[in-house]
Amino acid sequence: MKINQYRRYFPIFVAPCLVAFLIAFVIPFVMGLFLSFTEFRTVSNAQFVGIENYIRAFSDDSGFLESLWFTVKFAIISVITINVFAFFLALILTKSVPGTKLFRTVFFMPNLIGGIVLGYIWQVIINGVLYNFNYSITSDPTFGFWGLVILMNWQMIGYMMIIYIAGIQNISTDILEAAKVDGAGGFVTLTKIIIPSVMPSITICLFLTITNSFKLFDQNLALTAGAPANRTQMVALNIYETFYSRNGYEGVGQAKAVMFFVIVAVIALAQLYLTRRKEVEN
Amino acid sequence: MKERFFNTLYFFILLILSVLFIFPVFVVVINSLKFKFSIATAPFVLPNADTFSGIENYTTGIETTGFLSALGWSLFITVFSVGVIIVFTSMTAWYITRVKSLFNSLLYYALVFSMIVPFQMVMFTMSKVANVLRLDNPLGIILIYLGFGAGLSVFMFSGFIKTVPRTIEEAATIDGCNTFQVFWLVVFPVLKPTAITVAILNTMWIWNDYLLPYLVIGKDYKTIPIAVQYLKGGYGSVDMGALMAMLVLSIIPVVVFYLLCQKYIIKGVASGAVKG
Repeated sequence: MKINQYRRYFPIFVAPCLVAFLIAFVIPFVMGLFLSFTEFRTVSNAQFVGIENYIRAFSDDSGFLESLWFTVKFAIISVITINVFAFFLALILTKSVPGTKLFRTVFFMPNLIGGIVLGYIWQVIINGVLYNFNYSITSDPTFGFWGLVILMNWQMIGYMMIIYIAGIQNISTDILEAAKVDGAGGFVTLTKIIIPSVMPSITICLFLTITNSFKLFDQNLALTAGAPANRTQMVALNIYETFYSRNGYEGVGQAKAVMFFVIVAVIALAQLYLTRRKEVEN
Repeated sequence: MKERFFNTLYFFILLILSVLFIFPVFVVVINSLKFKFSIATAPFVLPNADTFSGIENYTTGIETTGFLSALGWSLFITVFSVGVIIVFTSMTAWYITRVKSLFNSLLYYALVFSMIVPFQMVMFTMSKVANVLRLDNPLGIILIYLGFGAGLSVFMFSGFIKTVPRTIEEAATIDGCNTFQVFWLVVFPVLKPTAITVAILNTMWIWNDYLLPYLVIGKDYKTIPIAVQYLKGGYGSVDMGALMAMLVLSIIPVVVFYLLCQKYIIKGVASGAVKG
């Protein structure tokens, strides 16, 4: 009976959110899936072409595969470096070192700065260093690659550090004391107690760093915009350029976007499945 | 003794790292006070009598980008979108957690699903839909943000609501509250910590968002990220001085917000993650 009484309130409680969700996400998502199998300029003149767009995404130019490979390399290196640095910072900051609060504040700060602004900040710094050797960030894709890695580390380490700190502080001091009494050294405590106990934090940090690395756009656009010759172009930027910088490629752009979505979803779900399983075991 | 030695060592490592973390922002600040031609060649040198430009970069930057109106639009869109998101997603989350039906669980999973879909998947069609429905203005974009923010926000609210016992809601109903009153007078006050977390995560996202507002309203209205990118993108040769000044001006509101709400931000990030 009470449930029925609630039901009358559906239009107030759910409808606004539902309508917004339909307009902003569900309808565009379904349309996007459909349009990836058509050729179109505007949405209304779409003509069905089967999987041609998916073939053209690879055959018309090598940019998509190249950007995908660039993104994968970037994601692997960034995910490892960010998580390792963030985890060790969290370990140190949960010890009785003076000034931990202030250090936390400083390390987290870059995370609040937007991607476009971050990109230009690092462009000035990296160009300033390279200027001494008569290079600029766009003279070699290697510079752009490592520039993005450094930028991403600077931005994300603080965020992940906060999550690891919360995880480490959740470990009961009894267990740590017991380990100490039993004569466990620092390394054993780390690998046998701390890391297994913070598995939930590791799951979420890996998830956030992997998805953010794959989806990176603003930072890429501001730091190099793909230069030189699109060789530092990541997938998100490649798709954007396909849509908006080339006439007649809207369908191909949408097909790339669908593949991009599938790749991100599969990797994210696989990672969640694998690390969650570790959580249960421990 | 050994522990004290290590703690001192750690302290100095952290100190050096902190300097490295602040250094990039410091570089931008000092360069915003230099003439534009002395930036690219020696960005790490403090301004001196020859290179010091006063606030010239700030005045040119504010003029060419329309920074003040961008600041206004950024504030307007962020504040109202976050407000709307909190009000409507908390109600939705409570309703679909309490009223069990196939439709409600489908909606919940669709919302969770939307969190992992990259923006590029929907960006073209979404901006077309927004255009057709006349949502391509600062009011309409609030609805778009509600739709995009709903996934994470409903997910976080329901995670918390599941732990709230129904007994207080039942008691309030017996006392004569209608459902609307039950939610706003009894349930929402309990949700406050989650609401703060949701508000902070959404503020950080919407304030810094570039591509969505650029595609939806970018032709007529600039937010701060759009204004910064405009200076670089559509302006022929780049005025490095003005760019530096705009970067500083974009960072200031963020730093103020951070220092004011630091406690909530750090807590929000930590608790937001635990529920993920």
